[in-house]
Amino acid sequence: MSADTRRTPAESAILYAALLACAAITLMPYAWMVSSSFKTNIAIFSAQVDLIPDEPIIDNYIEAVTRHPVGRALANSLIMAGVETLAVVVTSILTAYPFARLRFPGRDILFLAILGTMMIPSQVTMIPAFILIKWLGWIDTYQGLIVPRIMTPLGIFLMRQFLQTLPRELEEAARIDGCSRMQTLLRVLVPLTGPAVATLAIFTFTASWNEFFWPLLVVQSTEMWTLQILIASMKQAEVVDWGVVMAVVTMSVLPTTAIYVLLQRYFVKGIAMSGLKG
Amino acid sequence: MALAQGSGPAAAATRLPAGPRWWNEETRFGWLAISPALAFFAFFVGFPVCYSFYLSFHDWNMMSPTPYWVGLENYTSLLDDDEFRRSLIQTAAFTFGITICIVVLSLGMAVLLDQKLRWIKLYRTIFYLPAVTSLVAIGVVWVWIFDPQYGLINQALAGLGIVGPVWLADPQVALLALIVTAAWRNIGYFATIFLAGLQGIDAMYYEAARIDGASAWACFRRITVPLLRPTILFVVVMSVILSFQVFALVYVMTGGGPAGSTSVLVFYLYQQAFTYFRMGYASAIGFVLFVIIFALTLIQFRAFGKPVQS
Repeated sequence: MSADTRRTPAESAILYAALLACAAITLMPYAWMVSSSFKTNIAIFSAQVDLIPDEPIIDNYIEAVTRHPVGRALANSLIMAGVETLAVVVTSILTAYPFARLRFPGRDILFLAILGTMMIPSQVTMIPAFILIKWLGWIDTYQGLIVPRIMTPLGIFLMRQFLQTLPRELEEAARIDGCSRMQTLLRVLVPLTGPAVATLAIFTFTASWNEFFWPLLVVQSTEMWTLQILIASMKQAEVVDWGVVMAVVTMSVLPTTAIYVLLQRYFVKGIAMSGLKG
Repeated sequence: MALAQGSGPAAAATRLPAGPRWWNEETRFGWLAISPALAFFAFFVGFPVCYSFYLSFHDWNMMSPTPYWVGLENYTSLLDDDEFRRSLIQTAAFTFGITICIVVLSLGMAVLLDQKLRWIKLYRTIFYLPAVTSLVAIGVVWVWIFDPQYGLINQALAGLGIVGPVWLADPQVALLALIVTAAWRNIGYFATIFLAGLQGIDAMYYEAARIDGASAWACFRRITVPLLRPTILFVVVMSVILSFQVFALVYVMTGGGPAGSTSVLVFYLYQQAFTYFRMGYASAIGFVLFVIIFALTLIQFRAFGKPVQS
């Protein structure tokens, strides 16, 4: 269908117009966000729509950084997303390896049990998880933010799918040479997991960076705010200072956008792996 | 470090005399390697599910030392709870609206993206972008877009001489505004999934249809839609599951208001648990949510999941 060479100019024009319209609708909120972040209050509360401000200013950014804990929130988001990503990659590889490669009683049922936890909405487990964190004394700490999220069924599933595609001969050769299973995993298989690790890491980092619900429960003091919590709280203010809010939102959106634009082939791979496995 | 420790016992174990045949080195290593995961999921999923079930038969405000047994009372009072019923209806309306939008518009977008056109890769990149942007950021930006006076939409409408609604401040329109926002975020994501499905359809079907003189619309209806059935099922199920759990957008954009018109299930649950500290009642809501999502998923598999007839 796509290779239709008989398309008339009118048909092509309609297709391009539709694409352009979709792109404009998709990009407009970003343009509005960035443009508002460079506007004076007078320009923001004016009766005309200027996508490019008449006199762009950076005062909103200066005010955001000096009057709100943006630096701290940025660091917290980075720590949370970074540690979580590292942990998920390590735990996923270790757990996926036996499921992908070894034969032992209980393997399939345990794998199904782990996958089955994906069916349970997080809201069902959230209240006891919160109580658990409270018992552990982890409210308002990094442990509390991170530890309940260091393993994901999706990560284990993705790594298992990937490990199954690697040729068995490599491992068998290493085993014959006297490597233990752990050595085989670390020296032979792990170096080959690059693309899958990249995909998993990018998805985990983005999801963690954007996470709102769990930090909302665990975080209490301003020092522990993540960027998402900071933005939500700025929006709850009596009088919302839209220019400054948009400056913070723009800064919070930049990292994930950059990762996405630079590494998008891994995103496409991830969708194919998670959504529509062959 | 945890990794290195794993090799010790497993390597030493190979020298031990053999037990039963299945109890070999492979089994021991396998169980050892997955045991952290089993412990983790038991602790952070298994235990919470059981405890949540236990709590749903109790009254507990987290202050009193022990939960107080009330039997089925939490569940029976849900039946009489008008606010709960309302949040359930609003969640269903949100889910229905967003899922219709997603199936129609994402599929349309995917068909567009499947064409051989110039710059098509760039368009694919752009359309997926909202899916990597946080819901909190999107919510805040759209609150500003929906601003009755200075927002993008009403200023554009004013340019056409139309006085726009007050959107998020109008109980009649607020849920619709949430649907628009959620649709904007999700259409590109689901279009990517549809596109993968479209590209899996053998071009031979279309060639055969073309030789028979079928129109583009006939091809779409008779070939694309039937063969895309598994993808459509997947998209509908995902959309329903995600929409039933909508929270961040509501929290940021409306706080459940105005006049409770956008209070959805998870938001109601959150309020009961962390504003009123009714942990037992909130747990009961959580279980009802779980059962609803599970039932809807099963029904959808029954309804659409039949194998494609050729």
